[in-house]
Amino acid sequence: MARVWRFGADVNTDQIVPGRFAPYVTSEAELRKYPFIEARPEFAPSVQPGDVIVAERNFGCGSSREYAPQALKLVGIGAIIAPSFARIFYRNALNLGIPLFEADLPQLSDGMELELDVGQGRLQVGGDTIQLPPPPAWMQEVWNIGGIVPYFRTYGRFPGEAAS
Amino acid sequence: MSQTLSEQIISRAAGRSVQAGEVVTAQIDLAMIHDSIAPSVIRILHEELGATQVWDVNRIAVAIDHVAPAATPQTADAQNKLRGWVRQQGIPNFFDAGRGIAHQVLIEEGLARPGMLIVGSDSHSTAYGAVGALGTGMGATDIALALATGQTWLRVPETIRVQAHGQLGTGVTAKDVALKLARELRADGATYQAIEYHGFDSFTLGQRTTLTTMAIEVGGKAGIVPPHGLAAADAPPWLALSDHATYSRTIDIDLDNLDPQIAAPNYVDNVVDLRDVGRVNVDVVYLGTCTNGRYEDLAAAARILRGRRVAPGVRMMVVPASSEALQLAVADGTLATLLAAGATLGTPGCGACIGRHMGVLGSTDVCLFTGNRNFRGRMGHPEAQIYLGSPEVAAATAVAGYIADPRTISDQAVTDDGRWATVLQA
Ligand code: SF4
Repeated sequence: MARVWRFGADVNTDQIVPGRFAPYVTSEAELRKYPFIEARPEFAPSVQPGDVIVAERNFGCGSSREYAPQALKLVGIGAIIAPSFARIFYRNALNLGIPLFEADLPQLSDGMELELDVGQGRLQVGGDTIQLPPPPAWMQEVWNIGGIVPYFRTYGRFPGEAAS
Repeated sequence: MSQTLSEQIISRAAGRSVQAGEVVTAQIDLAMIHDSIAPSVIRILHEELGATQVWDVNRIAVAIDHVAPAATPQTADAQNKLRGWVRQQGIPNFFDAGRGIAHQVLIEEGLARPGMLIVGSDSHSTAYGAVGALGTGMGATDIALALATGQTWLRVPETIRVQAHGQLGTGVTAKDVALKLARELRADGATYQAIEYHGFDSFTLGQRTTLTTMAIEVGGKAGIVPPHGLAAADAPPWLALSDHATYSRTIDIDLDNLDPQIAAPNYVDNVVDLRDVGRVNVDVVYLGTCTNGRYEDLAAAARILRGRRVAPGVRMMVVPASSEALQLAVADGTLATLLAAGATLGTPGCGACIGRHMGVLGSTDVCLFTGNRNFRGRMGHPEAQIYLGSPEVAAATAVAGYIADPRTISDQAVTDDGRWATVLQA
């Protein structure tokens, strides 16, 4: 079963992957080892595909480094849920096809087991069902197709509407 | 016309009149890529998007600034590859290691101009707002799409108006304004929004750049200073403030009564008046970055350091934002003053701002930094403590050995053991 990885507010991209661990100075193949390497060293070795990050406001603030969400994608993060996201991170994650939901879920704590139906935006946790704000259809399409590059190659245009 | 500057700029770029909240596809006037992100951009451009050529070689600028000169054989190889790509594509606006930080260089070169829509691979691309452009940072995929198509998609942002009143006092700077705004708005106060800075007509281009580089630190998509004064002659006629534009909120800032500000570890919005920071001894003073590494920043520090010495045990590093800043500092003796005081010089560029080379911090280091981020681990070891302040505060701190108010430095003396020290008022 997927589990919750709980984080606080203002998680910045230097915490997700510090600049010193950028693919530019290490290598792309190493990137999956680096998410939260200093902020939470136990994260990368034990995170499982489908696990969900639940955080407080302004997740992903800081730099434009796409290798931050890319590192989270490489370890198979199923979704990130936070009341708000920094806009560059939001775009980067969407572009890579990582589902993001804007919701404040203080009741979810670290290590809780959950099931997430991304398409329905529905969470099952401890016998409760939580309905997340449903993503617009076009956004689900970007997720389903695997990110903005496949989207662009398929449709020859950018999404028609979005939160940027 | 009743649009904000962002609405005006995006309307022109989208080819139709747009309003905040709309999502549009827009033409880009200029795209910037820099060394550390360029390899990903180029890979996505060629391998994932299948494009062989960029859309317009004259509307792309490439800079090697983040790890410049190369720190490891791997970065050296990556930079040589980038040089080869620039040659192969025939991109004329290429700024190699040592020319300086992309944001500063694009402004110096006149590539960033009022009314432009500029996207950059670096988050501090908000800098271009200093000349009245809408500059915004994006990730590698967005930039690759921009290079392939000359377009991007974006949501037209709402705008926060910052309204200045009065004039800055001696020893108080644009950096203190930017930190004060981080204090008021918090790190996410402008998320999804743009900022317009009104009432800053007397600010120099450099001071404006200090403000706009820090728009991203409050989550801003862009930070734009209306091109009054300096850049006005360059501004297109359609770009003008409107009395009827709609702002999401207005923040008044009283320049007359502003005191030096300090962002304490580890968040940019963890800001206090310098006088409330207490006694903080420092090991390193770092003067540089796109926020405060210009000639005028070096000159401001030199005015305080003239005839004084950096305190014993303090390492002061000066990394000019550009080769132009360095040359100006050489020409009028500013650099000599800084070096005579005991500072060390680094190659123009980002320096240790992202913790990869040129004076990264160790676990016990406490640093007074003129940059824009004090995140944990930003400049090297995650235990290092980074305090953000102005170039004037940096100079006063270098002399005192602890975080000091530039207005209180009165004299210097030699202590009993023969070392330099500075006597500060109260
Ligand atoms: S100086 Fe620092 S903040 Fe500015 S562009 Fe370079 S790394 Fe980014």
